[in-house]
Amino acid sequence: MKIIRTFMAAAAVLAVSVFSAPSFAAEDPGPAAYSQALKGKRVMLIPMAMGFDLAQGWAHFLKKEVDAWGGTFETRDPNWVVDAGAQAITDAISSDTRPDVLIIHSPDLNSYAKLMKKAQAAGTYVLLVDNPANFPADAFVGSDWDRLGQLEAEAAIKGCGPNSSKKLGLVQGDQANSSSLYQYAGIMKVLEKNPDFKVVAKPDSNWDATTSRNVTTTMLQQNPDICAIIDFWDGDATGAAAAIRDAKLEGKVFLVTTGGGEKTADCDKLQDGTYGAVVMTDLARQSGDMNALIKFLLQSGQPAGTSKTYIYTLEKATTKADLKPDSCWDLKALQAEAAK
Amino acid sequence: MNAIGWPNWRSLNQEGIVFAIAVVLFAAAAIGLPGFIDPNNLVAIVRSVSVLGILALGMAVVIIGRGIDLSAVAIMAMSVAWYLQLLNSGTPDGLAFAYVLAGVIAIGLLNGFLVAYADVPAIFVTLATGSFVFGYVRSQLISQDAVPVPQGHWVELLGGLRFLDIPVEVFIFAGLAFVFFLFLRFTKWGRYVYFAGDNPVAARNIGIPVRPMLVLRYVLSAFVALVAGLLTAASLHSINTRIVNSTLLYDIVLVAVIGGIGLSGGRGGVRNVLVGAALIGILLNAMTIIDIPLLYQNLIKAAILLGAIIVDGFINPRDEQTAQQGDI
Repeated sequence: MKIIRTFMAAAAVLAVSVFSAPSFAAEDPGPAAYSQALKGKRVMLIPMAMGFDLAQGWAHFLKKEVDAWGGTFETRDPNWVVDAGAQAITDAISSDTRPDVLIIHSPDLNSYAKLMKKAQAAGTYVLLVDNPANFPADAFVGSDWDRLGQLEAEAAIKGCGPNSSKKLGLVQGDQANSSSLYQYAGIMKVLEKNPDFKVVAKPDSNWDATTSRNVTTTMLQQNPDICAIIDFWDGDATGAAAAIRDAKLEGKVFLVTTGGGEKTADCDKLQDGTYGAVVMTDLARQSGDMNALIKFLLQSGQPAGTSKTYIYTLEKATTKADLKPDSCWDLKALQAEAAK
Repeated sequence: MNAIGWPNWRSLNQEGIVFAIAVVLFAAAAIGLPGFIDPNNLVAIVRSVSVLGILALGMAVVIIGRGIDLSAVAIMAMSVAWYLQLLNSGTPDGLAFAYVLAGVIAIGLLNGFLVAYADVPAIFVTLATGSFVFGYVRSQLISQDAVPVPQGHWVELLGGLRFLDIPVEVFIFAGLAFVFFLFLRFTKWGRYVYFAGDNPVAARNIGIPVRPMLVLRYVLSAFVALVAGLLTAASLHSINTRIVNSTLLYDIVLVAVIGGIGLSGGRGGVRNVLVGAALIGILLNAMTIIDIPLLYQNLIKAAILLGAIIVDGFINPRDEQTAQQGDI
């Protein structure tokens, strides 16, 4: 009896598999492998602060993707405090729900190097975004700040024109943040090739708009014939713009800056002439790069800390003349979408 | 000054020292730096310290009354950020301003009440309320750090206002300084601030309403912070709440203290704020003209501060008679 039953069962299984074979053949093994590798994985973003356009944009695009493949996406908000960021990384590594991928927006070249190493040792992939650091992360996604500085300088030279005073002013960020240091290096490279253009002043704003306004006021006071100013971030360039406005030099001083490409922060200001040119980050593409890397690393099976990739976002200087409806992204629209 | 006109070195106090340093710096910059003495640059100097000076006026009144208000910068940035956020989301202007004014006064009252009636040290109370104001507004009421001024709004127009080519905040600073001077010097409650700061217990014993006045000072400081915030937004066409993390708060205390307002209370006045603000303004402007990097600027600022304090220590040594209880 036992044998008969076994035979019957075998026949049944055979029959089922024979009849259902065509549908098996059409099954793509990809999605199952994809889903198995990604499902339930945790991704955490620790920017310098959650309160500014870039971080909110990244979080939006990352969350959308991570939710879609069934992972967990979290953010931490150090609110510009370096210690709080370090604490957030430490907590993340040691918690029971250790993230599988940690995306870090480093405030300077060195602060988080040890912590990121620890994270990799614990098995967490580390992605650096926007600001490079002295640390071989699994991948860096962001601007090539040197190149970005070159683009700014080229835009400033173009904005000045050949018959101008050829005097440039810089409003740097600070002397610690890599984005500021490399931007400066890039600008200087272009100026070496254009020796008739001179930097007449290069104060720091410490990323603060009021300070930017005060130093720019002094700069314009000392050199009223400056033809272009490069402010290292749109977050404080409103200050430089105010100084230009106050000095009644609107239209005479070409203001170049860089930013996350948010509509009110960049495109609106290009439109109304506050900024002459803005080197904007293509946020959607940058976030897309991060998403691709996350998906790749989680499926690769390679241990954290074994790869070292640089994915530089394509940048270009945008002026009022080449503004398009899709030049910028709209934070308000993203927030409205998220609220739905 | 004695009969032949030499300054009497024994009577030189910190205010005098800082004033002397400011004059020397001014003279040196006027000779050595091209364009420093230009009237437009002098206006720019005053303007660059106007908001700082306005905040320092509020701080000065609190410090003279033997307190300190560490929530000033948080109130300044967050009240205006909330105001602009309300406007941007379509709240009628009058209503939005009423909300914000009520909020600012409420925080001032809370500060004053906790210090005066709950006897919690001012430094802890205001540190806590400052963090609370920042955290609550940032997380609940606004959606990002930088909030723009709506186009064509009166705050934006205020920023463009000029009289004789001088920005409006210079006049507001001067006006507020004069009002504070009148208040501290010529009103009964103004004089009481000194009594209460010098010796609160004695002031209470002679019948001065020490506690209600204390509450008033914190409300005043909060209101001044709102004015400073509006002026900042007026000039920049936006307010960035990141300023709460900056060194602005220390700079405010610095301006008050370097000018000679003792942290132990009961001493100083508007003149001290003006002297302190003048020194900082001249110093920053000269260093920017020379193009000194920010790191060195901070070093130089700190060195001059330390120098002033050390010289003050030599000229006015502390002893049992000059030291006060609660001296920091």
